[in-house]
Amino acid sequence: MENKIRIEMEALPENEGFARVAVAAFITYLNPTVEEITDVKTAVSEAVTNAVIHAYGEKGGKIVIRCDLQGDLLHIEIEDAGKGIENVEQAMVPLYTTRPDLERSGMGFAFMEAFMDSLEVESETGKGTLVIMEKKLGSGPWIPDEE
Amino acid sequence: MNETFQIIDHYLMIRLPEEIDHKSCREISRQADHLMLDNRIEHVVFDFSDTKFMDSSGVGVLAGRYRKVSCFGGKVYVIHADSRMKRILRMSGLSKMIEFME
Repeated sequence: MENKIRIEMEALPENEGFARVAVAAFITYLNPTVEEITDVKTAVSEAVTNAVIHAYGEKGGKIVIRCDLQGDLLHIEIEDAGKGIENVEQAMVPLYTTRPDLERSGMGFAFMEAFMDSLEVESETGKGTLVIMEKKLGSGPWIPDEE
Repeated sequence: MNETFQIIDHYLMIRLPEEIDHKSCREISRQADHLMLDNRIEHVVFDFSDTKFMDSSGVGVLAGRYRKVSCFGGKVYVIHADSRMKRILRMSGLSKMIEFME
């Protein structure tokens, strides 16, 4: 069975919480583990926060979130029409940030990569950015590993 | 003074919210810096008792406070962090700068 949702929202800090909870709610019928839900929430939070802070800044704009479930494979696309990323490779380096003034840690893409199975970033300066992430649900342990 | 912030000697205790993201971080940092200046704070203690969610914005808050107190030999402590919070702090390299306490 294939299931899809599409959310279009204003790029506001107030919507970051909504976005991650909405995606988490979308996947709950698959009975994912708590760990998997938190992984997805963190990844969505990072991508949406990037769009709010870096893509649009003070100007504002629209963010589109598309989620697609094919069986237990979750496919998420988060798109903005903001200023784009000049150097995607550099942006993905852990601890690299263009906004140290806002105390951004530079760990956004690193967390998306760590908590999802795959991450792709397409961006064009002046046009916007598309973040594509995938995660297979229902494969993690029910009880999280104690490290 | 609300319950989120507490000052004991030269320690600032910050009880973090349930969800630490970009939105909640801005206010925490702003208030913490204000209190740190006014009360000659030397060390900062972050209490994760209530926290269920944190993204990379939270890492920025801890790193930012560390930068401020470490100039004068101060320390940043983390208490009641669960395994996920510890993992996030470790991934971002912060665990080398802060001290975990149970």
